[in-house]
Amino acid sequence: MRDVAIVGTGQTKFGRWDKSNTELFCDAALEAMEEANVDQKDIEAVYAGAVFPGFEEGQTNIGGHLVGSLHLGNIPSTRFEGACCSATVAIRDAYIWVASGYYDIVLAGGTERALSMGTPFATKTFAMANDCKYEGNVGITFPGVFAMAARRYSKIYDIPLDKLREKMAHVSMKNHKHGALNPLAQFYQKMGNLKVEDVVNARMACDPLTLLDCCPFSDGGAATIITSADIARRYTDEPIYILGVGQGSAGHLGAQEDLTKPASRVFSSRSAFKQAGLGPKDIDIMEIHDCFTSAEIIASEAIGFFDWGKGADAVEEGQTDMGGRPVINPDGGLMGKGHPIGATGAAQVHTIVEEMKGKAPKGNQVDPVPEIGMTDTLGGGFNTLAHLILGRSRR
Amino acid sequence: MKEYYVLTAKDFYDGLKEDKLLGLRCKECGQITCPPLPTCQWCGSIDLEKTELSGNGEILTFTLTDVPPEGFEPHYIVCLVRLDEGPTIMGRLDYDAEKVTVKYERSQELIGKKVKAGHVVLPADKYSMGEKLVPLFKVV
Repeated sequence: MRDVAIVGTGQTKFGRWDKSNTELFCDAALEAMEEANVDQKDIEAVYAGAVFPGFEEGQTNIGGHLVGSLHLGNIPSTRFEGACCSATVAIRDAYIWVASGYYDIVLAGGTERALSMGTPFATKTFAMANDCKYEGNVGITFPGVFAMAARRYSKIYDIPLDKLREKMAHVSMKNHKHGALNPLAQFYQKMGNLKVEDVVNARMACDPLTLLDCCPFSDGGAATIITSADIARRYTDEPIYILGVGQGSAGHLGAQEDLTKPASRVFSSRSAFKQAGLGPKDIDIMEIHDCFTSAEIIASEAIGFFDWGKGADAVEEGQTDMGGRPVINPDGGLMGKGHPIGATGAAQVHTIVEEMKGKAPKGNQVDPVPEIGMTDTLGGGFNTLAHLILGRSRR
Repeated sequence: MKEYYVLTAKDFYDGLKEDKLLGLRCKECGQITCPPLPTCQWCGSIDLEKTELSGNGEILTFTLTDVPPEGFEPHYIVCLVRLDEGPTIMGRLDYDAEKVTVKYERSQELIGKKVKAGHVVLPADKYSMGEKLVPLFKVV
């Protein structure tokens, strides 16, 4: 296996777009290609996360249309679908194909137009990521999954639900504070100063989660250029290296032992740490899949930053805010930045890369410039998980 | 070609229609799988036999859905129930919606309550391949 680097990234603004999935992907891809000064003829394959283009705009088989739009010749182009984890799965596969020596340069990213579907139908399509027969038919939604996780967390750790909701509110407050400072965020210049009362008293979505415990539906695209480390400096003076990757899977929620301790996330994150030869203590900056406030807390424990049951206290005490360690979601996360599900993983990578180059927006930039960063991306009810560990130095 | 499913989704739904909760007993480890899979959810064996479960269990957690997917009417309760025979399944809970919200300070006391499975039929939608049969739990 060869060392692999990221030489360029791009992200559209997240929010509502009057553009197709192909247009959103290509906007991000061309930005990444321009940054890396990569010629169209150098790219050997395209791996694109896109979850619902069929439902969103009647588009399947999007891979070919991406290549056609970008004038990349007749190279292979493949759509990856792992619900909200799709782009990270695509980037992990790009990594493996480049590391193996089969390709030298792959364009990997994702796109989504979920906001354009409207809330009832978007909620329906997102819920399709559950087991359709035994979970989807019941009417479970993803706020519902993480509402049930919050009640379970309260019970297991004997934290009164009202107290837990206040701790959870700090996830929303922190991530919206960062999102309000991120020009690419859906909630740029909005909700940057939320209070606990604002979050817990907002309209209920899935009791006990309010709308401010939830990330929004979003449209947007994001892309990365993945190359072998040996040629990376042809394209950039600041390659960011992929030090470890992980992916994990699990079936329906009932067959998982404990929805507050997702085994697929433990498996995936440990795989990435093992490959990188690193552990949770080495991570300076972390992009966590904060689809819901309870989701960020559970993830921060499963990855190994905090003991089981201590993640809620950690966020309340500011341990994951600027100046803490690791800083979690300095760009606003899914809550503040937005969550165009097919693109989310690539947008997480975009943030880590910008942070490591010291180019993140004012108020988002971690000081000192982080050396080691990690992304955590979740698809469905812990059905698909993937992790990437990135570093400024080759190991 | 051999069919590996001892109990299919259709068989499971046919049982549910008569308020029978069907599952699989593993001939290797003796444990119960529900809802049906082609393998034992505990040990992975494919040596399984169909069995009728008691329908009894206890509530692990629950939520009241105010923002439902298209095709569902809001304000229903979804729960995860650990069945007496071991596996955990998802279903609806037939209960006072007022008492499962954060406004009701004793709502968490519902966790651990004993329940018994029946069923509810929900209307078909474009993707459900017919009407939806869903376990409906009642507190006993």
